[in-house]
Amino acid sequence: MYRIRFHGRGGQGMKTASRILGSAFFAEGFEVQDAPSYGAERRGAPIFATVRAAHAPILERGPMPQPGLVIVADETLLPMAAGGGVLSGMGERAVLLLHSAVDANTWKQRLQLACRVLTLPLRLEETGGRGFVGALCAGAAARLVGIVSREALEGAIRQELAAMPAQVLAANLTQAGEAYDAMKKHAGCVCEAPEAPAPGAVDANWIDLPFEAAELSAPDIHGALTSIQVRTGLWRTLRPVIDPERCSRCHWLCGSLCPDAAISPEAEGLPVIDYEHCKGCLVCVAVCPRHAIESIPEAQAREQEASP
Amino acid sequence: MTRRLLTGNGAAAWGARLADVDYVPAFPITPQTEIIEQLGAWIDAGELPARMVTLESEHSMLTAAGAAAATGVRVFTATSSQGLLYAMEMLYTVAGWRAPFVLVNVSRALAAPVTLETDHNDVLAARDTGFLQLHCATCQEVLDSVLLAYRLAEHPRVRLPAIVNLDGFTLSFTREPVEIPEPAVVRRFLPGFDPQSVRFRASEPVSQAVAVLGGTPYSYFRYEMHRATEQAIAAFEEVAADFERATGRRHAALETHRMNDAEIAFVMLGSFATKAVDAVDRLRESGVRAGLVRPRLVRPWPAAALRESLAGVRGVAVVDQNLSMGKGGILHAELASTLYGVPDAPVLTSFIGGLGGRNIAPEEFFQMASVTREAAQTGQAPEPRLLFTAQELREVRRLQGIALAERHETTHSGAERSAP
Repeated sequence: MYRIRFHGRGGQGMKTASRILGSAFFAEGFEVQDAPSYGAERRGAPIFATVRAAHAPILERGPMPQPGLVIVADETLLPMAAGGGVLSGMGERAVLLLHSAVDANTWKQRLQLACRVLTLPLRLEETGGRGFVGALCAGAAARLVGIVSREALEGAIRQELAAMPAQVLAANLTQAGEAYDAMKKHAGCVCEAPEAPAPGAVDANWIDLPFEAAELSAPDIHGALTSIQVRTGLWRTLRPVIDPERCSRCHWLCGSLCPDAAISPEAEGLPVIDYEHCKGCLVCVAVCPRHAIESIPEAQAREQEASP
Repeated sequence: MTRRLLTGNGAAAWGARLADVDYVPAFPITPQTEIIEQLGAWIDAGELPARMVTLESEHSMLTAAGAAAATGVRVFTATSSQGLLYAMEMLYTVAGWRAPFVLVNVSRALAAPVTLETDHNDVLAARDTGFLQLHCATCQEVLDSVLLAYRLAEHPRVRLPAIVNLDGFTLSFTREPVEIPEPAVVRRFLPGFDPQSVRFRASEPVSQAVAVLGGTPYSYFRYEMHRATEQAIAAFEEVAADFERATGRRHAALETHRMNDAEIAFVMLGSFATKAVDAVDRLRESGVRAGLVRPRLVRPWPAAALRESLAGVRGVAVVDQNLSMGKGGILHAELASTLYGVPDAPVLTSFIGGLGGRNIAPEEFFQMASVTREAAQTGQAPEPRLLFTAQELREVRRLQGIALAERHETTHSGAERSAP
C-alpha cells in the first residue's frame, strides 16, 4: 500500500493536494482513501492530509503512523511541538519532500534523518504570495510514487479544481506540471510502505492510568484567550504590519477585535502586535478605519527582518 | 452505476438525493455541515426537488422534521454530537409521534473538553429514544444505509424514525470509492413514501402528543413502540434482501468476518471495525482463529443473531468507543446482558478506546486478542482496559507542564500589575 502524508497550514491546500493525488491514483485503477485532518479550522493552523492507495480494498483508517512519503508545504511546521508530528513514523525507507528555499542536505543534517530528503524550491511568485501550493505538492508526489501518469494528474486537477476560474486552473496545472518535471530524476523513489509488524512483534505499551485529583486532571488552562506558552505566531502565512504614520491610535478597535488578544497599546497609544501569538487572521487589517494595517507574506517579512 | 470517490458526508447526501426526499430541515455543525451544504447546492441547482429550511437550533430542526414527517412527506435531516444532544428532548418526542424519517448523525465526541473528532457517546446517548439505529463502517454503507433506513422506518409494521450513524473524520471527511446506484434502481427498491394513516393536514387536526394520566395508557403506547422496534429485526431482513436483489450488496443486521471457526472475536461498532477486519486477517495468518462481529443494527438490538454468531466462541474482546462514567463500555454491558445465562457463553473482555478520535493501533488489536485468549483459558476476565500508552501519558504531562508554567506566569504578571 502507498501511504502518503501531506503537512501544511490551513489555506495552503493540503486537503486539495490529497484529493488531487487520490483522484489521480483512482484514475490509475487503485483503491483509494484520502482524508484531511484538522482541529483548529483556522487559516494558518497546522493540518495534515493522508492518501492511501492499494490494489485491494483499504481497511486501514485514521492516522498514518508509517508513511512512505511525507510532504511538508511549510517548513515552519518542522520545529513546532504542536505541528502534528510532521516527522513521526518516518523510517529509513521513507521519503521527505520539503517545500523550502533551504537545500536538502542542510535539512538532512538539521533534522538528523536517515531517510531520503528532497526539496521543492520555494518561490513566492508562483503562489502569488498567498501560499496555495496544493497542486504543486500533488504534482511532486505523483511523480515521486512513479506510477501516476501526467494525464491522470492533470485529469485529477481538472476534476478537483472544477469550480475554479479558468486562469486559476491553468496556473495550477502549470505549477503541478513543473513540480512533476522537477521530480523526474527521483521518479518512483517512494515505495509501497511495509505492513505493520506481525502480531506479538510490538508491545502495545499500555499503562494503568492512575486516579489523579481534579486539581491536576481537570482540563483547565490559565492563559487569557490563547495559551501564552504555545507560540501560535507560527501559524501566520500573512503578517499584519501597522504603519505608525497613518495609525490614528484608536487601539481599542483593532485591540479588542483581535480574537487572540495579541494587540495591545504602548504608552503613546500606538497598537503593537505580539507576533509570537498573532495567528495572521487579518481581522485587524479589515477593521482598521485608516487602512493603516497592511498584510505581507510571512516569508517576505522574515526575509526583511533578517536583512535590515 | 457510477463508482467514484465520495466522502461519508457526500455519500449521506447522495443517499438523501436518491431517496428523493421532500423536506430537509437543517442546522450546521462540524463535521456534518457538508451534508446539508451539498443538498442545498443540489436544491439550488434544481437537481433535487426538495424544500430546505434552516432552523435556529437542532431542537427546532428535529421538531420541524417530526412535524413534516407527520404530514406524510419524506423528511431528511442531519446533525452531530452537541447538536444531537441539544435536540434530545425532541428525539424522544417525535419518535413517540410514530412518524418515520431519517436523521444522519455524524459522530463526534462530546464536550468538555471540546473536540471535533469522533467517538460514539453522542449516538449512544440517543439509544433509548425510540429511533432505530444503523451504524456504518464505510462510505458505501453510508449511502446504502440511508436508503435501507427509509424502507425500515416507513415499514408498515415499524413506523419509527431512524438514525444512520457515521464517524466524524474517519468517514465524514474521508473519500473512498462508492458505487452510486442508478435512480431507477433505487426507485424500485424505495418507491415514494406511502404514508397510509400518517397524514396530518391543515383543517384536519390530529393531536400527535396526547396527554395521558394514570400510567396505563402511557405504558401501552411505550410498550407498543418497543414492540414496533422489535418488528424492525424481521423487517430489516426483508429490506436487506430486497436491497441485495436491487444492488447486489448485502448488508446484514450483524456483520461478521471469519466467524465460522473463530475461537476469539472482536465486537465493535462503526468505521474502526475495518481496522479490526485487518487485524483478524493478520491474526489468522499467525495461526490465531480470530473473527469479528459488528452490529450494523444497534436499535433494535440483534440479540438472537449475536447469540448465534458467538456460539462456540471462547473469548470476546468488546471494543467500546464510548465510556459510561462509573460503569464502563456501553457495548460491553449490552453484550453481557445478551449472553448472560447462555450455556458455555464466552468470557467477555472490555476495552475502551478510540475516544475523541484516538487511534487504535494494530498492535493494540493484537494485544486485545492475546489478553482475550488468556481470559478464555483461565475463565477470568481482567479489569476493563482503558487504552492508553506510556507515550500518551508523557504527552499529557508535557501539556500539563505548559498549563502549570502559565499558571505561574499569569499569577506572576498579575502580581506585577497590582504592585504599583
